[in-house]
Amino acid sequence: MKTIAVMSGKGGTGKTMVAAGFSVFSDEKLLLADCDVDAANLSLLLETSNTECRPFMGLECAAIDQTKCVGCGICQVYCRFSAISQGDDGIFCINPLKCEGCGVCSLVCREGAVVISERQSGEVCRSDTPHGPLFHAELFPGSGTSGRLVFEVKKDALNDEPNVPAFLIDGPPGIGCPVISAISGVDAVVLVTEPGISALHDLRRLVTICRQFGVQMFLVLNKADLDEERAEYVRRYCADEKIEIIGTIPFDPAVIEAARRGESVAGMDTPAAESLKKSWKALSAAMGISQ
Amino acid sequence: MKIVVASGKGGTGKTMVSVNLAWAVSQSQETHLIDCDAEEPNVHLFYPGGKDEGPVTVKVPEVDSEKCTLCGACGEFCRYGAISVLTESVMFQAHLCHSCGGCMLSCPVDAITEVPRRIGMITRGEPTPTLTVISGILDEGEIAAPAVIKAAKEAGEWDGVSVLDGPPGTACPVIETMEGADVCILVTESTPSGLADLRRAARLTEAFGIPAGVVINRSDNEDSSTLAFCAEEGLPVLLTIPFDREIAAIQNRGAILCSEKEEWIEAFTQLYEDTVAIAGGIL
Amino acid sequence: MKICITSKGDSPESVPENRFGRTPFFVVYNDETGEIIEVINNTSANDASGVGPKVVQMLVSKGVNVVVTGQVGGNANKGLEVAGIPTYAFGEAKTVAEAYAAYKAGTLTRIV
Ligand code: SF4
Ligand code: SF4
Ligand code: SF4
Ligand code: SF4
Repeated sequence: MKTIAVMSGKGGTGKTMVAAGFSVFSDEKLLLADCDVDAANLSLLLETSNTECRPFMGLECAAIDQTKCVGCGICQVYCRFSAISQGDDGIFCINPLKCEGCGVCSLVCREGAVVISERQSGEVCRSDTPHGPLFHAELFPGSGTSGRLVFEVKKDALNDEPNVPAFLIDGPPGIGCPVISAISGVDAVVLVTEPGISALHDLRRLVTICRQFGVQMFLVLNKADLDEERAEYVRRYCADEKIEIIGTIPFDPAVIEAARRGESVAGMDTPAAESLKKSWKALSAAMGISQ
Repeated sequence: MKIVVASGKGGTGKTMVSVNLAWAVSQSQETHLIDCDAEEPNVHLFYPGGKDEGPVTVKVPEVDSEKCTLCGACGEFCRYGAISVLTESVMFQAHLCHSCGGCMLSCPVDAITEVPRRIGMITRGEPTPTLTVISGILDEGEIAAPAVIKAAKEAGEWDGVSVLDGPPGTACPVIETMEGADVCILVTESTPSGLADLRRAARLTEAFGIPAGVVINRSDNEDSSTLAFCAEEGLPVLLTIPFDREIAAIQNRGAILCSEKEEWIEAFTQLYEDTVAIAGGIL
Repeated sequence: MKICITSKGDSPESVPENRFGRTPFFVVYNDETGEIIEVINNTSANDASGVGPKVVQMLVSKGVNVVVTGQVGGNANKGLEVAGIPTYAFGEAKTVAEAYAAYKAGTLTRIV
C-alpha cells in the first residue's frame, strides 16, 4: 500500500478539494485520513455514514490539590509557560489552556500538591464513505496538541488494515509539528499550490521539509489561469526542483459552487473535475497504484 | 488596543483583512501591524523590506560530560523524550524539547546548564511614517511557533493600535496570539467548511472571553447560513467582501486593496471603528 | 547478551508488535541459554509524547543488547543508534519465539 499526503503550506489553496477528488476518481476504494485536524473538512465533502468516535487524550495537564497546597508559590516561579497564577483569593491554580504538562511544578512542589493527569482534548473518528473508510478527528478548541492527534488519526487508519492500494492523507497546513507528523512515513507528497505570492512562498518552505524527509514530490497547480505570470513561475520552479506537475486546474466557479453545497467538485461535469481526474491518473501511474 | 484577525483555517483572506485594516488605521494614527502567523508569515510579502531585529531563541539543556554520572534522572524526568541517558552519553534531541527547564532541576550533580538555541527571527519595517510592520518568522523544521509569536508580540508592544495577523486553526499558536487581545475579527467564507471553521474559532474567543465580530470574505451574496449562525451567537457581521476576480488578482500580486481601489478605504476605516465599538462593548 | 523483542502479549507464543515505543511488552531472551529472562511491561506505551527515546533509556538501563521489532520512529532510531543497540525487523515471524529463532538463525534484516 502506498501512502500519499496532500499538502499545501498555505491554507485555502484547494488541498481538501484535491484529496476529495482523488478519492472519487480512484476506481478502487482507498484508505482515507483527514489530518487537517484543526479544520477537519474532508468529511464535509464526502458522504459519510456510520461515524464512530473515541476520545483522544491529549497532552498531560497539571492541577493543584488545594487540600495539600500551602500557597508557597514555588511552582509559579518555576513554570516556564506562565500557566500558574494566584487568584485574588490567594489560591494558586493552573490554566489548562497554557499548561504544557511538563511536570516541573510537581518536581518543585515540596507538599506533593500537584497532580498530572491526561485530559480529553478531542476525538478520533472513523466513518464509512463510498470511496473507502475515512479517519478524521475533531480537536476541542484551544487543546493545542494537533501533532499528536495527527499521529493518532494515522495510527487508527493503519490499524484498520483495509485491503486497498493506497492510503490518502489530507494533510494539515503550515510547516509545524502537525505537518511533520503527517509527512513521516509517507511515500509521496502531492503539493497543492496556486499562483499567488503567499502560496509560492509557503510552497518553498514545504519543499524544504519534504526534502528533509526524502519523500517523492508531485504538484497540482490550482487556479492556474488566475495569474499566468506566476503560474509560469511555478512551472519553472518545479522544473528547477525536479518536481513533476501532475495537474493544472483552471479557475472554475463550479468549485465554489460545489464547496457551498458541501459536495466534491469531482462529481460534476466541469473543467476542474476533468483536471482532477487527469491528476489522479498521473499520480497513480507514477506511484504504481493499480487501476 | 490589540486587534487579532483570526480564522478557523488558512486561506480565508485573513492576511488581506489585517493588511488593509492596518493600512486604513494608519491613515489617521500610528499603527503596528504584527504578523503572528509564524509558520506561514505572509505580511512581509505585502510590506517587503523589513530589517532583521535579531533571532528568537529558546533555552535548551547542555550536559557537561565531565560532571555527568549518567544517573538517568534527567531522562526520567523529561516528559517529551528530548533527553535520554544512554550507555556512555546523554543524548539531546532539540526538536522534542519544550524548554521547560526540568532536566536541569532534576540533575543531582548540576551537570546541566542552559544555552540559547535559535528557532526563528523577528523583522521590523516602517513602510510609511505611521505604519510599523513586525513579523515573527519560525525557522523551517522548527515547531515552537508560540515562542516566536510571543517574541513578535513583545517586539510590537505599545499603547497604540496593534493589528495582529493570527495563525490559522485553534491550536497553541492561536492561543498565544489571542492572549491579552482586546477584540478579535474572525474572517470566514460562506461555505459549509467555512462555517464549521468559524464555529471553532468562535468557541475559542468565547473561552478566552474576547469580544469578536465577523468579516465574510469572497461572498457571492448567498450568506444566509453564516448570517444565521452569527445572529444566533451574537457575533456582529462587520464587513462583507464580495467574490471578485479583480480583488483576488490584486491580492495575489501582493498589492493592497485600499491603496488600489479607493472605495475600500471607507469600508476598512468603518471596520476599524466598529471593531473598537465591539471592544468597548457598544456593538 | 540480552535480546529484546517487542510483543503484543507476555509469552513466547504472543504476536510480535510492529511498533517499538508503543509496544505493550518487551520479551527479553538470554541468548546463551535461549531462555526468557524477563518480560517488561511497557509503562511508557500510552504516554503523550517522547515515547521512543524514553523506551530506549529504559532498555539501556536494563542492559538490553539487541532489539527485534517492526518499525522504529526517527527519535527512537537516533537513540538506538547512539546507544549502539543493533535493531532488527522481525519480518514474517508470527510469534515471539519464531522471531527469536529467526534472529538466532541470522535471517533478520538489520534496521538500525
Ligand atoms: S509549590 Fe505546591 S504548595 Fe507551593 S503553591 Fe505550588 S502547589 Fe501549592
Ligand atoms: S506542568 Fe509545566 S506547564 Fe503545566 S503548570 Fe506545571 S510547570 Fe507549568
Ligand atoms: S528542558 Fe524540559 S523538555 Fe527540554 S530536555 Fe529538559 S526536561 Fe526535556
Ligand atoms: S541528571 Fe545529570 S548526572 Fe544524571 S544523567 Fe542527567 S545530566 Fe547526567
